[in-house]
Amino acid sequence: MTTRTATLLPRPSLRFLPVWRRNLRVWRKILIPSVLGNFGEPLLYLLAFGYGFGRLVGQVGELPYMVFLASGIVCSSAMFTASFEALYSAYTRMEEQKTWHAMLGAPLDIDDVVLGEVAWAATKAMMSAVAILLIATGLGLVADWRALLVLPVVGLAAFSFAACAMIVTALSRSYDFFMYYFTLGITPMLLMSGVFFPLDQLPPLVSLLAHLLPLAHTVEIVRPLMTGGEVTGLALHLGVILAYGVVGYAVASALLRRRLLR
Amino acid sequence: MNSTSPALAATTAEAVVVAEDLVKRYGGRNVVDRVSLNVRRGECFGLLGPNGAGKTTTLRMLLGLTTPDAGRLEVLGLPIPERAREARRRVGIVPQFDNLDPDFTVEENLLTYASYFGMSGNEARSRIAGLIEFAALQGRENAPIATLSGGMKRRLTLARALINQPELVVLDEPTTGLDPQARHHIWQRLRRLIEQGSTLILTTHYMEEAERLCDRLAIIDQGRVIACDSPRAMIGAEVEPHVIEIQGAEAREWSARLGSASGVRQRSAGDSTLLYTADPKPLLEALGETRLRYLHRPADMEDVFLKLTGHDLRD
Ligand SMILES: Nc1ncnc2c1ncn2[C@@H]1O[C@H](COP(=O)(O)OP(=O)(O)OP(=O)(O)O)[C@@H](O)[C@H]1O
Ligand SMILES: [Mg+2]
Repeated sequence: MTTRTATLLPRPSLRFLPVWRRNLRVWRKILIPSVLGNFGEPLLYLLAFGYGFGRLVGQVGELPYMVFLASGIVCSSAMFTASFEALYSAYTRMEEQKTWHAMLGAPLDIDDVVLGEVAWAATKAMMSAVAILLIATGLGLVADWRALLVLPVVGLAAFSFAACAMIVTALSRSYDFFMYYFTLGITPMLLMSGVFFPLDQLPPLVSLLAHLLPLAHTVEIVRPLMTGGEVTGLALHLGVILAYGVVGYAVASALLRRRLLR
Repeated sequence: MNSTSPALAATTAEAVVVAEDLVKRYGGRNVVDRVSLNVRRGECFGLLGPNGAGKTTTLRMLLGLTTPDAGRLEVLGLPIPERAREARRRVGIVPQFDNLDPDFTVEENLLTYASYFGMSGNEARSRIAGLIEFAALQGRENAPIATLSGGMKRRLTLARALINQPELVVLDEPTTGLDPQARHHIWQRLRRLIEQGSTLILTTHYMEEAERLCDRLAIIDQGRVIACDSPRAMIGAEVEPHVIEIQGAEAREWSARLGSASGVRQRSAGDSTLLYTADPKPLLEALGETRLRYLHRPADMEDVFLKLTGHDLRD
């Protein structure tokens, strides 16, 4: 009985750090293109959508559209960065490069590898959030210093997105499988979570559905923090995000243990 | 140490690996079938068997990388798989297929791998120079992995396996796919490790490798250990000391006429006919009167394998 539960539940430990550090070391080698990517893409999005749509939309509630959008982009970009890292990059390390096999030959467990990878994906997502925050500040789209509080929130949310993506990675037999996740999971979530337009524009049922997913809750914390509004229902938002992270990590670890230790 | 009885502790003190009736099933088939092994401290122990015999699966069980379906297993006195991670802390691994980190250079590979053992950068760096030298990769410290030859990669993998100063080194086909020179390079290094008192477990399907390096061998075929002893003892016990190989249809006819009364045991392996005997003289004289070409050689592990399994190691 104890061994059964022991193999089902992950046992997180600080041994994840060398896994995390390994990925950081590789990232540092390609520092310049990495950082350019961090700044470039969200900047393009902000400018194109902001000026393009902003002209049409004007205000969303009391906020100019660009201001509204910037906080949404911080969240969606964190989601994409974390998901891509935990899907494509992690899968490459698992299947193509056998990096994980080397780690498992050393005194590391699957739980350590998964936690290291998920934490790394979250770190990368936070770096992209920092870049967007800087851009948004430069464009005058940020209200006050409270925007800094966005970073831990984005870090937690990115951890959860990465953990969920890791489940998909654990189930994949090829890169093609990831398209299902994007088409059926990520894209619908992106469209109905209040990133590009306010949630109250959608039918109540859709809004309810959106709140079963982590992105809407992330946006609802991040937007007021960046625009100088008041955060309401913080505990619930954090609770949902955290639940996705914890459950995602546990399920991904269990699936990967089954996959790799057959 | 902990709750083991004194009697058991005494027997396991010398044994680095104790495996009893290990079973691993894949798809309803026992790919490892009641394997029992006992590897002693300081010896080089070989697992010799053809493709698919279950060598890698056996090693993966020893390392806690897959769970046995039945049996009992202890490595370095620790129960496996329960305490496999602790055991791996004291073990070095050379996997069948290199998994060096392609995102890093030679030196970075060693540094990063050391970090998986919880070693600090300084501690690792103090060992790396020696390991680079051991692998004869001086001057290549900053080379990306993709620029290394197969032999260099294998040597680096071996050096990497030594980063934690392991008590036991597990090598899965350390020289498969290498040219003869690169293979000798690896053999030299393995012999150095053996001289230094390391315990080695290696798998191979090269008889020559097994005979050269191993103190004791387990012959494994279709998941079963069918013999386990020193190469010399096995050859002495299982086959006649002299072998005469002849080839072709004509040779087959000639040997068929010898009959069984001559004290010669016959066996065909592919196109060859193998004649086993304790006294080769009459045979050699008889062959001298024919135009047949023959090869006279001492019996080796290949002959043991053929006798015990009924088939060639290569098929
Ligand atoms: N994860 C797995 N799932 C299903 N079958 C497996 C798995 N691993 C090994 N097998 C099967 O078990 C058998 C033994 O495989 P194993 O890799 O242990 O052989 P081996 O002696 O190492 O062979 P080789 O010399 O080719 O490396 C093979 O038939 C193989 O196909
Ligand atoms: Mg193998």
